[in-house]
Amino acid sequence: MIVQAIMFYVFAALAVASGVLVVSSRNPVHSVLFLILAFFNAAGLFVLIGAEFLAMILVIVYVGAVAVLFLFVVMMLDIDFADLRSGFVRYLPVGALVGFILLAELILDIGSSVVASGMPSLPAASAAGGVALTNTRALGDILYTRYLFAFQAAGLILLVAMIGAIVLTLRRRADVRRQSISAQLARTRAQSVEVVKVPVGSGSR
Amino acid sequence: MAIGLAHYLTVAAILFTLGIFGIFLNRKNVIIMLMSIELMLLAVSINFVAFSVFLNDLVGQAFAMFVLTVAAAEAAIGLAILVVYFRNRGTIAVEDINMMKG
Repeated sequence: MIVQAIMFYVFAALAVASGVLVVSSRNPVHSVLFLILAFFNAAGLFVLIGAEFLAMILVIVYVGAVAVLFLFVVMMLDIDFADLRSGFVRYLPVGALVGFILLAELILDIGSSVVASGMPSLPAASAAGGVALTNTRALGDILYTRYLFAFQAAGLILLVAMIGAIVLTLRRRADVRRQSISAQLARTRAQSVEVVKVPVGSGSR
Repeated sequence: MAIGLAHYLTVAAILFTLGIFGIFLNRKNVIIMLMSIELMLLAVSINFVAFSVFLNDLVGQAFAMFVLTVAAAEAAIGLAILVVYFRNRGTIAVEDINMMKG
């Protein structure tokens, strides 16, 4: 139990620290890398609490896809980041004020409602129905039965997002010569071959 | 001391606040704003999973998966819009986005 507590504090502290660095670091590339670190630590927290499947999904989807997408975009766009940081100090007081108020409210809310009601601390297993199922199996059991339509809708959202991203970023450049197969096939002999009678001694034009 | 639900909720609350703070702090850089939104969605997922485990109900984890799906879709669309905007304007400063202001 003490090992679990230590691991929780390590993961939590690292996640919060990397979260701070995400929003405050000077270079956006560093921000993305700290975002990846935050995701890894959140995955560690998930493993600690017994949600292994979501932890692995978090690593695969967030670290493997979303964060790498961010990294690509940050490195691909040629942006003057120093100019973008010029309002940093100006917005610091209001941001700190709003953040502090929100955090105080959230902590007070957690402290007053959750701890007082006497929740059980760390149940033995999160499996449903008393049978010792693995987390992945139990999640699949409810995801593919009770939440089948929501699952399909999630797939549809991803499809729409994919099509939308492709449609948004696709561009037809006017200065690039492209092959037009239909134009090539529609060519006839009359359009492309010309027989010229050349008079003797004058040459063809 | 045992790690309870309140510990996880506190971490999630801090991460969520950091996301809000990041949006306020980086008012010009859309990329960092998108990253802050990802941070907030991560905090929401932590909330879902913590409640799911401590209430012994797996529905929370199923919905955390849906949150993850929406976060991935949002990142893809947001970055696509960002790339198109940069191609047209040559900058990503959000303060310049007022062309459609009436």
